[in-house]
Amino acid sequence: MTDITSSLPPVARAGRFLAGEARWSWLEIGFWVVAFGLAFFFRSNHLLFAEIAILALFAVSLDIILGYAGIVSLGHAAFFGLGAYTVGIMARSGWGDPLTGLAAAGVTAGILGFFTSFLVLRGSDLTRLMITLGVASLLHETANKLDWLTGGADGLQGMMVGPVLGRFSFDLYGTTAYVYALSVLFVVVLGLRILVHSPFGHALRAIRDNPLRARAIGIPVNRRLIAAYTLAAVIAGIAGALLAQTSGFASLDVLEFHRSADVMLVLVIGGSGRLYGGILGAIVFRFAQDAISTITPQYWQFWIGMGLVILVLAGRDRLETVGRKIVGRALPWIANKEAAR
Amino acid sequence: MLTILFDGISTGMLLFVLACGLAVTLGLMNFVNLAHGAFAMVGGYVTVIAMQRFGVPFLATLPLAFLIAAAIGLVLERTLYVHLYGRSHLDQVMFSIGLVFMAMAGMDWFMGSSPQNVILPEALKGRFDFAGIGIGRYRLFLVVICGILAVALQLTLSKTRFGSRLRAAVDDQRVARGLGIRVQTIFAATFAVGSGLAGLGGALGAEILGLDPSFPVKYMVFFLIVVTVGGTSSIVGPFLAALMLGIADVGSKYYVPELGSFVIYAVMIAVLIVRPNGLFARPGR
Repeated sequence: MTDITSSLPPVARAGRFLAGEARWSWLEIGFWVVAFGLAFFFRSNHLLFAEIAILALFAVSLDIILGYAGIVSLGHAAFFGLGAYTVGIMARSGWGDPLTGLAAAGVTAGILGFFTSFLVLRGSDLTRLMITLGVASLLHETANKLDWLTGGADGLQGMMVGPVLGRFSFDLYGTTAYVYALSVLFVVVLGLRILVHSPFGHALRAIRDNPLRARAIGIPVNRRLIAAYTLAAVIAGIAGALLAQTSGFASLDVLEFHRSADVMLVLVIGGSGRLYGGILGAIVFRFAQDAISTITPQYWQFWIGMGLVILVLAGRDRLETVGRKIVGRALPWIANKEAAR
Repeated sequence: MLTILFDGISTGMLLFVLACGLAVTLGLMNFVNLAHGAFAMVGGYVTVIAMQRFGVPFLATLPLAFLIAAAIGLVLERTLYVHLYGRSHLDQVMFSIGLVFMAMAGMDWFMGSSPQNVILPEALKGRFDFAGIGIGRYRLFLVVICGILAVALQLTLSKTRFGSRLRAAVDDQRVARGLGIRVQTIFAATFAVGSGLAGLGGALGAEILGLDPSFPVKYMVFFLIVVTVGGTSSIVGPFLAALMLGIADVGSKYYVPELGSFVIYAVMIAVLIVRPNGLFARPGR
């Protein structure tokens, strides 16, 4: 393989390498087939699956700014919550169509993301942490105080969510919810796949690794970051909207600090800076949470926290290598296939 | 009016004692420690347990709160934190959030989730009038204690040998080590004192801020505001920021209660937009 490519001019070699990165692997195709196939099995678990798909979407949106652009955010729940409240308020006032609701949630969250992105551009990591945290707290406080609009601490009640595409209404088992959330996740991942392998995606990674150098080779750093932040906000808003629609409820919980922390944890478990990291993390996190909370319903947070501490102390990179080795052993066929390329 | 100002000042002083440890670890040592509030919570619970289970008088529990929180801080610094000094901010954030979750769930398991009350001694209860200003005795007590602590801290940092060693270790670890300064020991001691002060603040503040297992997250934003708005170059900046925050908090809750904490967050964001490195940052750093 090396002898063929090394005879090519460098630009073509780089192009071939990048195209190889962007190619669909069998693992990916298999994943989506299984995920959609699950719609026909395990009916009683579909609500849980739907939750996982929504959490995965939320984590993927954080990945754009954290994993690809390298901005540490402690307030990503702001966009999630705004999306949830947007569809919630629309559905309460009679506009119950899910898809247009999603679009509206994406737009409002995107507007907030666009305007707050200018604040995030400034200052160091610490300032960014504070600003993102501050924006989320501000929204939480607003939702708490505007109880005529949001129901305050009681949550938003009386949402009437219509059937998806006018045909599939939400059922008790959550099958519609699952397929709906998964489809949205699929579409978003498809779009992001193109995006992260485009020059835009490469520019973001360059900025993450070395902003100074990225600027020096002519990448408009601020414009790229604003675009990335806005896009992440749009997707987080859609995730929040999905949660409100599938559960028929929105409360202050969607804006709480622990939501921002959880999604970061999800992303770190799955591995940031790769599209499927958030999805993998969401699956692991939600099943772990489910398992632990059946054993100790009240104190599952303790074990999650401990997992986090161990994860960081053991070193995220090291765990990743171990994980790769395990996957490589378990699926030698796929590994060989990848190596043969 | 002046009563509110006084209440604000005392809340601000309290916030300073709670946050000054963080000002050192986050501001000077550049370690994002979101778990700072957990040490404050430990201090608060030490006071509650000592008073309710062992009948220790309130004033005697305060040094206890300081010592136990400092001891826990020291142990954690030596075993866990020390591995994370050079790591990325993301790692530090994840690690300290993990600690917060553990502390909150652990305290919930240990003490239950209901809010705890601290019964103040009779001498500290009530109010008296001084030149037309109603002054709460406990508030006055807070101002005196916290004021003494603030002055002592500032003097330690600027005048003693330990203070200059700490500043040297923070400014340039390698050179400081080359000069024979034991950087590790100094960091450990600083971290322990910072945690201890947080514990003391938690014990003092249990009456005013309330105490339940969600304490670390509820006041995390406040501590971080003190440090970021105050700037990270000295102890005076955080002190002034804490005073402003206290006055703004008490004032806005009194005059415009319908806005709640809205004012504080908005002011913080505005300040950080205008001065990303804090209000009192030294130029050129």
